[in-house]
Amino acid sequence: MSTAIAPPAIPAATELKVVKDATCTFCGCVCDDMELTVEGNTITKAKNACVLGKAWFLNHHAEERPVATIEGQPATFEQAVERAAQILTNATFPITYGLSDTTCEAQRVAVAISDWIGGTVDTTTSVCHGPSGMAFQGVGEVTCTLGEVKNRADFIIFWGGNPAESHPRHFTKYSLMPKGEFLPNGRKDRTAVLIDVRKTKSARAADIFLQIKPRSDFELAWAMRGIAAGVEIDPDIEKVTGISLDVLKDVVAQMKQAKFGVILFGMGLTMTRGKHINSEAVLALARDMNKYTRFTAKPMRGHGNVTGADNVVTWQTGYPFGVNLNRGYPRFNPGEFTTSDVLARGEADAAMIIASDPMSNFSQPARDHLRSIPSVVLDPKLSDTAKVATVAFTTSVYGINTPGTVYRMDDVPISLRPAFDSPYPSDLEVLKAIEKRVKEILQARS
Amino acid sequence: MSQLKISGGTVYDPKNGVDGVIRDIWIENGRVVAAPTDANQKAHRVLDATGLVVMPGGVDMHCHIAGPKVNTARKMMPETKRLAEKVHRTPLTRSGTMGSVPSTFATGYKYAGMGYTTAFDAAIPPLAARHVHEEFGDTPIIDKGFFVLVGNNHYVLQQIRDNEPEKLKGFIGWLLNAAKGYAAKIVNPGGVEIWKSGGGDAAGLDSPVDHFGVTPRQIVTGVAQAAMDLGLPHPVHIHCNNLGLPGNWQTTLATMQALEGRRAHLTHIQFHSYGGNPDDQSTFCSEVPRLAEYFNTHPNLTTDVGQVLFGETTSMTGDGPLGYFLHQVYGRKWFSSDTEMEAGCGVVPITYKDKSRVHALQWAIGLEWYLLVDDPWRVAMSTDHPNGGSFLAYPEIIALLMDRTRREEVLKRVHPKVKDGCTLVDLKREYTLNEIAIITRAAPARMLGLDRKGHLGIGADADVTIYTPSPDIQRMFELPRYVIHHGELVVEQGDIRKTFEGKLLHVAPSYDESLVGDIQTWFEKYYSIQFANYPVDESYLHEHEVVATRR
Ligand code: SF4
Ligand SMILES: [Zn+2]
Repeated sequence: MSTAIAPPAIPAATELKVVKDATCTFCGCVCDDMELTVEGNTITKAKNACVLGKAWFLNHHAEERPVATIEGQPATFEQAVERAAQILTNATFPITYGLSDTTCEAQRVAVAISDWIGGTVDTTTSVCHGPSGMAFQGVGEVTCTLGEVKNRADFIIFWGGNPAESHPRHFTKYSLMPKGEFLPNGRKDRTAVLIDVRKTKSARAADIFLQIKPRSDFELAWAMRGIAAGVEIDPDIEKVTGISLDVLKDVVAQMKQAKFGVILFGMGLTMTRGKHINSEAVLALARDMNKYTRFTAKPMRGHGNVTGADNVVTWQTGYPFGVNLNRGYPRFNPGEFTTSDVLARGEADAAMIIASDPMSNFSQPARDHLRSIPSVVLDPKLSDTAKVATVAFTTSVYGINTPGTVYRMDDVPISLRPAFDSPYPSDLEVLKAIEKRVKEILQARS
Repeated sequence: MSQLKISGGTVYDPKNGVDGVIRDIWIENGRVVAAPTDANQKAHRVLDATGLVVMPGGVDMHCHIAGPKVNTARKMMPETKRLAEKVHRTPLTRSGTMGSVPSTFATGYKYAGMGYTTAFDAAIPPLAARHVHEEFGDTPIIDKGFFVLVGNNHYVLQQIRDNEPEKLKGFIGWLLNAAKGYAAKIVNPGGVEIWKSGGGDAAGLDSPVDHFGVTPRQIVTGVAQAAMDLGLPHPVHIHCNNLGLPGNWQTTLATMQALEGRRAHLTHIQFHSYGGNPDDQSTFCSEVPRLAEYFNTHPNLTTDVGQVLFGETTSMTGDGPLGYFLHQVYGRKWFSSDTEMEAGCGVVPITYKDKSRVHALQWAIGLEWYLLVDDPWRVAMSTDHPNGGSFLAYPEIIALLMDRTRREEVLKRVHPKVKDGCTLVDLKREYTLNEIAIITRAAPARMLGLDRKGHLGIGADADVTIYTPSPDIQRMFELPRYVIHHGELVVEQGDIRKTFEGKLLHVAPSYDESLVGDIQTWFEKYYSIQFANYPVDESYLHEHEVVATRR
């Protein structure tokens, strides 16, 4: 960490090294088999990475930016920590948001700060698989780790997602292609179904493609549950969903005959009409199939450590996202305490955004409000959100510069093996410094 | 470091034969030390315990407090928290939530507040060990460790099938090192693998396991032997097959017999002591007397009870098919997760009702176990938290054991047919304070092989709980006057005075390292993570202690 105002000097390292078993945090696959060739401060090769992973590793250049800025002007780390702590402790409704692209170690401190200041803590789950989280609270979930999919799943349904492009190694590493313990022939031993509104690249990989009408996911899942249970289904289902009853019956029959099935669902399901009831229908469908065989379901999570964020927020507060600590104890209410809603209603009077860019994807009213309140932003890049921050910290990149823990989409925790040091502090270091200062300020007040 | 003297308390320290004797306890550097030879020497600090009851800190040897299934249960049940007790933030402590599965900070504070200073999570898939270590880092004050699931591990099943006891032993040694775990746990041996590979369960001790052709019996004896050969401080920890099914007592008895004198711990035995016909719930009854008779005469065995209490709780288990069974019985939401190569998991909310004949019998069966085991050193208190009820129910159980009129009161209000299905009405035994000290600290510490816990002799960890005696026994044990952990005053009358992380307790048995190549080859074929990324490194451990193996 630097105390100087000028951008920290990037050490001119020329040493060449290879980091094996490193982890890519670019998507929820969290592939931990990267072999990184590192020359000084650049990664020149990322063996085993997909196109997205390669872009993530190879295009990583430390930017020459100040360690911190206050109102756009370069500041020392200490000045920035002081100002951040003042902002957070002077607010009556501070909100902490983001967290899905940082380590669990940093997430733990972020929740701690939110607790000490009586704030609200929320993660990007609230804008991606939040509905799945709520569905989960309704019906539960029958699921498994990705290694189970690899070793056993002879029937795979991808629903509302395009893994070929969003999770490029999912097919080869976990789901479609690999030879597994009980599936010695790999792809030949599996049947794959894709259910989506568009014929994406993933369709080519599937044996059966069900192109459904937009916004009819719930109806489709419900009809499939009905068919499985032997309920007479109105053939009009085809008008609603675009899929004929016969085709549906056939798919359900195949599901029953499978030895081990899995439904991998994406945001195409959770963020379309119906939202959490769509997830609920799909979770219930997978659950019901256990009357006949083994069947599981799993949301395809996007961000590298969004699953870690769900876990950390849950173990510390009891709830996965959208947690308010203002009364001195945790309360949970999606819609009431989720960031996009809190901001859009103009409620928060300060914000701390960690490794996320709400200014580039929240609604206009939410962005307008965020711009109008004091904020603390931690980001390796000068994101749109960092640009409007009162205090912005430039941080090192998790997995590339800093160690720590991330959780894969199936809750498997993995340790990162960083490639090279960054002159910038990690999220963890910044948050720890802020927490220390926040506690001092609060102690002096009480 | 300064000396602390706990002066004038009435001490119950069964391991050292101290049964209600007034004496001083001297503490220095976190340990109990000898009283100074110079009778005039003054301690730097004195805690006046005159008129109070002094015991070692409580030890919970079987609970579920961290890791994937515990956290899933927290996530899945927001509805149990709004009305539950609030755990407020204070300048010293973090906020949290209760319900049947408290958040991590709340768990640490509540255990300590109740005078328990050590707890072991009983069922962790080693692939998730890192998760547990992270949660332990946020579970303050108490010392803790966890048991590693091995009873459905594919490498274990293969070595048993191939009759390779050396490789089995080496693997378990390697695995405990990799996970930084404490003991080898088997859950529904073979049955979980049957469930994972297509549904169903192991019918009994001799049902072959799909793909592997081994039987639960072979798994039980193989792992029991390996744990002994590794010299683990705690023997194999067994959750028998057929949990919860009427008639399962025969499987439990057969498991005890199969051990043929090998050391073993049979956990939450209440759930495994049922008579009756599996297809007819109305025949459900207790078979504790017959099991206890065998147990009493076989000193290689120890047990904890898994007491059921009436109210809302959560069933959480590494026993995947059991989760499905409970989901079918109660029709409530159900979480199940299968971990590659290793384990299963089930989480289902459950409400034990005193007007239900089966539930009331389960309650009675647990108490029968406490009352029918002759030697309290062989039975530890547990609710299998949160399965039978919360760990916070221990004071209530203590009161039930010490006061038979209290048991009779409950029997009056529960389902009337309970009396016919068990022997509880006839059991007049009442526990003494000394016996309570045994089953809540001395015995579990001994079963775990923790030489410095569960007693107050010289060299013991200075974990001390000081109670205000009261005719209201439950109240006495709910609200200790003082709790001292590692020589520090951590709780005073329910208020947290000091927090720290607490220690991880784990084992590091030596094993034949030439076997690692074989393990690696197998691992790389089937796991979805890299072999090098599997072991948990020391950065996760913070303060920790390796408990020595026995040779
Ligand atoms: S699939 Fe995802 S985690 Fe794997 S290399 Fe590609 S971007 Fe990285
Ligand atoms: Zn248990």
